[in-house]
Amino acid sequence: MSMNRRTIIKGAIATGVAAQTIKISTAVAQAGPIRVGFLTVKTGPLASGGLQMEQGLLTFFRERNNMLAGRPVELHTQDTAGNPAQARTKTQELVERLKVSCIIGPLAAFEALAIDDYIRSSQTPILTVAGAEDMTQRKPNPWLVRPSSTSAQPSHPLGDYAAKDLKLKRVAVLADDFAFGHENAAGFQRVFEDNGGKVVQKLFTPLNAPDYGTYIAQLKSNLDGVYTGHAGSNGFKFIKQLREYGSKTQILGGFTPVDESLLQQMGDDALGAITGNWYSAELDFPINKRFVAAIQKEYKVDPGVYAAETYLCGEVLDHAVKQVKGNVEDKPTFMKALKEAKVPETLRGPVSFDDLGNVVGNIYIRKVERKGGKLVNAVVKTYPNVDQFWPYKREEFLKSPVYSRDFPPAKNLEN
Amino acid sequence: MQWQFWIIQTLNSLAFGGLLFLLSSGFSLIFGLMRIPNLAHGAFFMLGAYFGYSMLARGGNFWLVALVAGLGVGIIGIALERLVLRQISGNEQGQVLVTLGVSFIIADICLLAWTGDPMPLPAPQALRPPLRFAGYAFPTYRLVVLGIALVAAIGLYFLMERTRIGAMIRAGVDDMEMARGVGIPVSRLFTAVFLLGASLAGIGGVLGGPILNAYPGLDADMLPLALIVVILGGAGSLLGAFVGSFVVGFLYNFGIALAPDLAYFVLFLPMVLVLVFLPQGLFGRVQM
Amino acid sequence: MKRGTIIALTITAICLVAVPRVIVNEFYVNMATQVLIYALFALSINMMLGYGGMVSLGHAAYLGVAGYACILLNIAGYDQLTAAVLAVLLSTVFAGLFGVLSLRAPGLGFIMITLAIGQIVWGIAYRANELTGGDNGLRLPQRPRPFGISITSAENFYYFTLIVFVLALFFIWRFSRSAFGASLMGARDQPRRMSMLGHNVWLVRWLTFVMAGFWGSVAGILFVYYNVFLSPHAIALQQSAEILLMAILGGTSTLTGPVVGAVIITLIKNVASTYVERWNTLLGAIFVIVIVFMPYGLVPGCRQLWRRLRSKLARRTPVRIDTSGSCT
Repeated sequence: MSMNRRTIIKGAIATGVAAQTIKISTAVAQAGPIRVGFLTVKTGPLASGGLQMEQGLLTFFRERNNMLAGRPVELHTQDTAGNPAQARTKTQELVERLKVSCIIGPLAAFEALAIDDYIRSSQTPILTVAGAEDMTQRKPNPWLVRPSSTSAQPSHPLGDYAAKDLKLKRVAVLADDFAFGHENAAGFQRVFEDNGGKVVQKLFTPLNAPDYGTYIAQLKSNLDGVYTGHAGSNGFKFIKQLREYGSKTQILGGFTPVDESLLQQMGDDALGAITGNWYSAELDFPINKRFVAAIQKEYKVDPGVYAAETYLCGEVLDHAVKQVKGNVEDKPTFMKALKEAKVPETLRGPVSFDDLGNVVGNIYIRKVERKGGKLVNAVVKTYPNVDQFWPYKREEFLKSPVYSRDFPPAKNLEN
Repeated sequence: MQWQFWIIQTLNSLAFGGLLFLLSSGFSLIFGLMRIPNLAHGAFFMLGAYFGYSMLARGGNFWLVALVAGLGVGIIGIALERLVLRQISGNEQGQVLVTLGVSFIIADICLLAWTGDPMPLPAPQALRPPLRFAGYAFPTYRLVVLGIALVAAIGLYFLMERTRIGAMIRAGVDDMEMARGVGIPVSRLFTAVFLLGASLAGIGGVLGGPILNAYPGLDADMLPLALIVVILGGAGSLLGAFVGSFVVGFLYNFGIALAPDLAYFVLFLPMVLVLVFLPQGLFGRVQM
Repeated sequence: MKRGTIIALTITAICLVAVPRVIVNEFYVNMATQVLIYALFALSINMMLGYGGMVSLGHAAYLGVAGYACILLNIAGYDQLTAAVLAVLLSTVFAGLFGVLSLRAPGLGFIMITLAIGQIVWGIAYRANELTGGDNGLRLPQRPRPFGISITSAENFYYFTLIVFVLALFFIWRFSRSAFGASLMGARDQPRRMSMLGHNVWLVRWLTFVMAGFWGSVAGILFVYYNVFLSPHAIALQQSAEILLMAILGGTSTLTGPVVGAVIITLIKNVASTYVERWNTLLGAIFVIVIVFMPYGLVPGCRQLWRRLRSKLARRTPVRIDTSGSCT
């Protein structure tokens, strides 16, 4: 048995006494547990999101008493430290040493891209949470599904909302200077400008910039809003500093900046911020209510997008494992079940996949409000069943280059 | 470009330079006197910010918290100097390894103790609203940080130039053997300088907190800045650290704004040039 | 060579060759390959560090220049051998330039120039999206087929790496024993005396710098072949620091030290991190403890321990034991 110590401990905590009383379905022919690999970041600067991912996934398996379709689950968690080379080694360990049937993770796009060819050659089904657009667009990986969203999928409806509902005209876009930031901001810009808005400033800030004062000083005074595509602690830092400089402008954002996990810390600075996301802790689905309560009880925090995405991966995995009646060892059939999964109820509403492996699901426009003394992301509008190309046609979308720092070109910049 | 841009960026540069002085003056002192490239200095800064966060969350007075947190970091600095660095004096490679090792440990323990989430340090209530003049707005708190840095610089100047301990430090920087020969208690001096240097980093962490927040990776973001300041200014020189801090403040703020494509080496390129043409830095006292 | 040395070498060689046969699991074979690649990085930086006293925090720049060049040349349609040779050549020329700049400043200044140049290479890799793919990185189309032999499998790739490693090791060993190596050590300890004796200290240092860059580039090519992928994360300051730490941890005054350091750090990062959640603390604590008790690294420290132990034993037993040095 090559189970490591931590897995056993976690399994023991997760199943507890309950597992002993549950009757394992005798209809399932497969012997032994389903081995699930989990790539996350537990050390270094990205650990915040990575630890929340772990919370979400553990909550999921705890709820299911560590069983999927009647088979016990053996979860193998690996720390990639946010480093692509280490992510690759850990993936190899999961596949070659621990013989997992599928992988959940990793956190960052650059990690997912570093293991892309290995996932293909080892034919390991992977449920990823990384945003990288092309993994389900121009260079689709047949072994990958993404139940959360691409980097830009929630930005498209936000662009629509900002132009049509908020009727904003002039917006400055700031984002982290890496692929996620480029893609996230580009999606907003494209839809916003196609609907009559203008992106008049576009600034990409280095990931490790300690201070945004120099960028904030460049912002024009006659803006209708500022879009932030910053991830992790950067969005937090940016919004705080923006307010520090006395700016009262409307904050728009992607699905990272006003995450529930940071919201209480941000205080009034975040009030009124409007963001596009595939999730909000405020969603009224019974599954979500149960999930939020469980996380709050167990970890004394509000779940944000990182915790939600691994829980969601669990739900999709569960659905597919049931479809194949627990036979995850038949990889092509299992992969087919993952890609064709139509889950009517998840914590984010109904979920299905396009043939490239990317999710089709609701996108929510959320506004930071104070509710009972607490800041929440209240849902102000729902765009139902949004796919990764919405509102564009698939063929047309795939013909243009992938979103980047310079695509689509910003034609309305003022200097 | 508008007038506003130049005015605000100048203030930004000055405020950032002030913060950098608090960070780097300690590094410079330690390197100048003891020749120890203390690569845990960024971690000291981060630790100060985290200490400050915890004490402020319990309702401490901001300025008092800054001093206490600074002292706390200073004590950790003494421990590092007495228990570890003293054993390997003169072994430069060992010092690089050990101080990096200590910074790994501090960063990992911070992650454990304060989770990975960014922790905001609230500025004193009175300093939170931005200062407005002639239609411009600028964060009041940043100007106060600049003021504190100037006061600290003057205080350090008097300490170095007008006190006995300052004279001993200067003697040590210039010629350690000679200092030892004339009966300066070098051992206690080292401890005092390490306490002072680490405390300055810790205080800088608290004062920088309301601007930068405390977050994992703050150490790695700040350490290169301290190194650049010290290189530009010259190690072991207070004036060098002072001038270097503001030079870096201006380079960073204006460089990034005016040449965004060079954002990643707007600081490193000038440093290479200075080192190539002035290997001792602008005001270097000691052979690096 | 002494008989003991030959025996030790033979045993080590047999062990290294037998690795994939003994540990069948691909994962561990791959781990052994990684250890060899990092050991080569550490050996190359140690040419400057151990023999020349030059502390560099920019060694990952060679991985960057050689690695990106190799991938880009492959994508541009050059055959594997040409791509690899050109990439190493380019990176070595770069090392020459890098050396001219770095050697201007001594001590901390040297560390900082190397750090700065490493960061500049990283910054270009990060920012020049059209060329390097930015933080998304670049994929190498495929591993080469030296002499028509596929090195796709973990085992074959291990042997490929081992061959390159042994060649490098031999060269670096010869280097450390050569007259040139001696004059380099002289330049480290007594620069004034060496120049008075008519040695061009600067040239000796510069040539060492370039040779270290050359082997660093070779290791960089291996790294890219192994990962079939390169992104700026692999050439960040942390990578340079890790390579440096490997050499210091193992002991810079020896040939085996950097290899030992590479083994320890690679295994903690990749294997211990599966079992120990606070592996960063473990790594940091090892650095501190090793240096406090063995100020010049593990290998010299252990050797000293061994010598003391033997002399104690020798005092007790009347039989004389040959106290020759162990293999370096």
